[in-house]
Parts: sequence; C-alpha cells; structure tokens
Amino acid sequence: MLERVKRKWYYSVIVSLLVLLIVIPFDWFPGHYTTIMVLIGINTMVTVGLCLLLGYTGQVSLGHAAFYGIGAYFSAVLSKTYHLNPWLAMLIAAIATGAFAYVIGYPIFRLKGNYLAVATLALGVIVYILFGKLAPGGPDGIAGIPNLSIGGFAFDTWFKRYFLVWGFCLVILLISQNIVNSRSGRALRAIHGSEAAAESIGINVDRFKVKIFVLSCVYASLAGSLLAHSMAHISPSSFDPMVSVIVVVMAVMGGLASIWGAVFGAGIVVMLKHELLLGFGELEIIIYGLILMLVMIFMPEGLFVWLKSSYVKLKELYIRWRLGQIRRGAET
Amino acid sequence: MSADQFVQYFISGLTMGSIYAIVGLGFTIIYAVTRIINFAQGEFVMLGGMLSFYLIKSAGIPLAPALILSVLITVVIGAIMYLLAIRTARHASVVSLIIITIGAAVFFRGIAGEIFPWGVDIVRPPYFTGSQSIAFLGAYVHPQAFWIIGTTVVVMILLHLFLTYTMVGKALKACAISPVSASMVGINPRTMALIAFTLAAALGGISGVVMAPLTLMSYSSGFMLGLKGFVAASIGGFKSPVATVIGGFTLGIVESLAVGIDWGPFTSAYKDVIAMTVLLLILLIRSGRLAEEERMS
Repeated sequence: MLERVKRKWYYSVIVSLLVLLIVIPFDWFPGHYTTIMVLIGINTMVTVGLCLLLGYTGQVSLGHAAFYGIGAYFSAVLSKTYHLNPWLAMLIAAIATGAFAYVIGYPIFRLKGNYLAVATLALGVIVYILFGKLAPGGPDGIAGIPNLSIGGFAFDTWFKRYFLVWGFCLVILLISQNIVNSRSGRALRAIHGSEAAAESIGINVDRFKVKIFVLSCVYASLAGSLLAHSMAHISPSSFDPMVSVIVVVMAVMGGLASIWGAVFGAGIVVMLKHELLLGFGELEIIIYGLILMLVMIFMPEGLFVWLKSSYVKLKELYIRWRLGQIRRGAET
Repeated sequence: MSADQFVQYFISGLTMGSIYAIVGLGFTIIYAVTRIINFAQGEFVMLGGMLSFYLIKSAGIPLAPALILSVLITVVIGAIMYLLAIRTARHASVVSLIIITIGAAVFFRGIAGEIFPWGVDIVRPPYFTGSQSIAFLGAYVHPQAFWIIGTTVVVMILLHLFLTYTMVGKALKACAISPVSASMVGINPRTMALIAFTLAAALGGISGVVMAPLTLMSYSSGFMLGLKGFVAASIGGFKSPVATVIGGFTLGIVESLAVGIDWGPFTSAYKDVIAMTVLLLILLIRSGRLAEEERMS
C-alpha cells in the first residue's frame, strides 16, 4: 500500500517535471530561460558521464574538457570545412572520441587515485594547448558551424535547439539510469567499494573501468557536438582545464553517485555563471572553490543527495513528533 | 646551436628548473607525510609572487620586509588551509581529498583575481638588484636568475639541515616512513601534517617571491607552475627530496633546450606540451609501482 502511494507520488513528480521541461521554452512562460536551459542540457550530458565514472566507479578524471572539446572540434571541422552532414559529423566525432578514449584508457587506468587525477589533468592540458596550436582557427576558434537539421527542418532557433538538446539529454539520462541499475552498474559499484573484492568475484576491473570511461567520453563528445552546432562558434577557451574542474563542481553539487542529480548540479552552476554572477568576474571561481571544499568536507554525497536525506530526516522527526502528540492525546 | 647559445639556454633552464625543484619539494613533503597530493601547491607560488607585488607597489613597503612578509602570509594561508579544509575532512577518501585541494586551488585563484586591485592583469614586482645582465661564460644572465638559483640552493641546504639535524625534522621523516609507528613513540601525525603544509607553503611562497620579477605573475600562473612542480616530484618518485631537486633541474633544462632547438613546424609554443608528455610517460612507466604504493598506504 505504502509502496504504491510512494510510487504514485514519484510518478507525479516526474510527470510534473517533464511538463515543466516542455513548457519552459514557450514565450508565455515567465522569464527567458531557453538559451540557459540549452546550456544546462549540454552540461548535464558531460556531468552524467563524469558521475558514472567518478561517483559510481570511483575513478577521477580531471580531463573531461578534452573529450568535450574533441567532440566539438571534430563536429565543427567536418561539417564546416569538409561540408559533411552535421549528423554524420557528430557520429564520426563520437566514434573518434570513443576510440581515442579506448586507446588511452587501458594505460591510464593502470593508475589510481592521485596519479590518475594528475595524468588526466595533464592529458587535458595537452589537448587544450593543441587546440590552440594545431586545430584550424587557432586561438580564435571556428565560426559559422552549420546547424543540425532533419530533412528540411533546421534546428536554427533556440526554441528548436532546446528540444533537440533536451531530447538527447533525456535519452542519455535514461541510458545511464539503466546502466546503473543493471548488472554492469552493480559491477561498477563493486569496483568503487573494493577493487580486490570486485576482482575476486570475477569482475574484470580494468575492462569495466575503460568501458565506463569510453562511455562517459562519448557523452562528452556528443555534448561537444551539440554545443558546436548550437553556438555556431567554438574556441579553445571553452575547453580549457578549468572547464574540467567546473564539470567536477557540477558532479559534486548534484551528488557524485546520482544520475538525476547531474541535472541539478549543471543547472545550479550554469545559472550561477550566466544569471546570478554575470559581471562579477572571478567571484564565480571563488564560489566554485568554496562549493568544492564545503560539499566534500560536510556532505561528501553531494548537495542534492544531502537535501534528499535531510528531507527524509525531517519527515521522520515530524512523524515522531506527531506520534508523540497522538499518544499524549490518548493518555489524557 | 652554438656553444654560447647552449650555455644561454642551459642557464635559463637551470633557473626555471630551480623553481620547479622548490615547488616539487612542496609536493614531496606533503605527500610523504600525509599521502595527499596538494593541488593547491602552485597557488602558494602565485600567492607569494602576487603578494610581494601588492606589498611593494600598493602598500609601499620596502623590498626586503615586503618579501619576508609575503612569504609569512603565504605560510599562514597554508596553515589555515590545512586546519580548515584538510583536517576537518580527515576521514575523507582519496577522491574527496583530491577534490578538496582542487577546490582550495580554485578558491585561491579566484581570491587573487578578485580582491587584489589589479584583477586579472599580469604583474611584475621590481628586480631585487638591477636589471643589468651579467656576461657569464659567453651568455648573458639576468641578475634575478642568480637570485633564483642562489635562493634555491640556500633553501635546499636549509631544508636538508632541518630534516637531518632537528628534532622536528626527524619527526617529520619518521611520520613519512610510518605514521602509526611514529605516533607510538609520541609523535602526533596531525601536528606533523600541519608542519608539512606550512613548510610546503613556505617553499611555494619563497619561490613565488624570487621568480615573480623575472617570469612575471598573474592570478592564473599557479596552475601550470603546480603541474611542473608535480612533474619534478614525480620524476623523484615523491620520495627523496634530492631526487625531486634533480627532477626539477632536469625538467627545466629539457624544456629550455627543447625551446632552443629548431624543430621546424614544432615551435617553442610546445614547451608545456613537452613537460606534460614527460609527466604522462613517467606516470605510465611507473604505473605498476605506483599502484603498489597506493595499495600499501
């Protein structure tokens, strides 16, 4: 009975969130959040990948901006310079990023903890510098990247892009949700708990790590492609090592081991950057730093998960108080 | 490359190498005592350099006291960082600690870019002693370069004496070998961790103060300096200070010569790429042993 009520409640929340998501871009919705929401959707895709890697598997990556950038650059160059269909460009970008991640995954995941963090950071720095030096456009980047389109229908306004990006985003969230609740997801959590124990029950630790790394890099690549085709302009500064750190901030905010928290984390960080702190320059970075430290010290599960658990605690307190009241009422 | 040019590049490599060596020593000390990689190490260097500029230019304090004050402030910041951010989270996992020190690094960077009046500009504190280059073995060397190399040598000797002959230094070493055994003989590992962070901040501050006049400094300089120092420390395997110093000098000289040699299309712009590739190669080559080490600790 209780289970059914709970599930009903759960579905009604999901449905109302979905409805909210659908109505946000319409003109009659208060505020103009369409562009911001597109950015949030794109950032969510990168963050979900990092959550799978960092939160569920316990492997750090401080170089995710590199894969985000590789996706964007592949898409931009193929579709603009070589006039390839943008969808095909996006697919090739994702395959290329995945292949790159696979090739470097095996050697790099022989490292653990601190060393893995530094190695991925170094990788991010190398790729970032190469974007500025080797990639077409140099430090100025590439402009005039074509829109995505289906048949004659081009995603040329923010209103249309909104549905495109969130369509991708929801698919990725659902895929990730399924992975987490599957046999593979349990394997990942086992690796997080103890690699030795995971190995002893027959989980191929290295292969799982590389697999999830490749998947999260493909997510980042797709997000990068969407960014390139939506913004029509990309430059190396969108993929500098600081961006990798910001992705970690988003993941930490949402709760490292929480798929839906990624939306929340990306949402807060993008809002901070584009709405609340516009024109405050480096203040934004100070806040990121504080968030990283405070959340990791006081609520290592992440802000989203912390809010959820404090809600449960509060509810328990309330029920206990109510019970006490009823009991007192019965006594008198 | 002629012999003169070689000497020129060699000396500039030595100069940068000594900076990397001191930054690397900071990493090594903290890692040895606490098994934490302090991603904010480079920011200590930045803070030292920026503070010295601020104290001399804006506050008008004379050179020598301003330099000492900058280092002292950096030391206090390092100690506060340990007490507030690291100690409060002492049961945290490796991943959490990595994120916390990155948070500290980003925080310091933001503070330097936001509260100092010149914001995001690149600054150059005054030279210690003039700017007249000195002819040396056919090369021209800036006097500040002598200051950098000289300071590094002095700091290393002092550090060596401190670790070998004082009680606190020996306690630090004991803690690095085994925190559990050290606490059995009455050494408090948490006090030692505090001392390690202070020492690392001091090393960072000193290198920032002496390098800033020559290499310039901005609020975002810390990141790359930290990574380079990390390369030095990882060449040394995070174990011996001597190996770290050798690692720092090696990196500086390799980088400098790589810039000097004509690579055709690959110009000097790839200096940082070379350093990062060296880092990746070292980590991957030693990955087996590093994994073993992490398991032990």
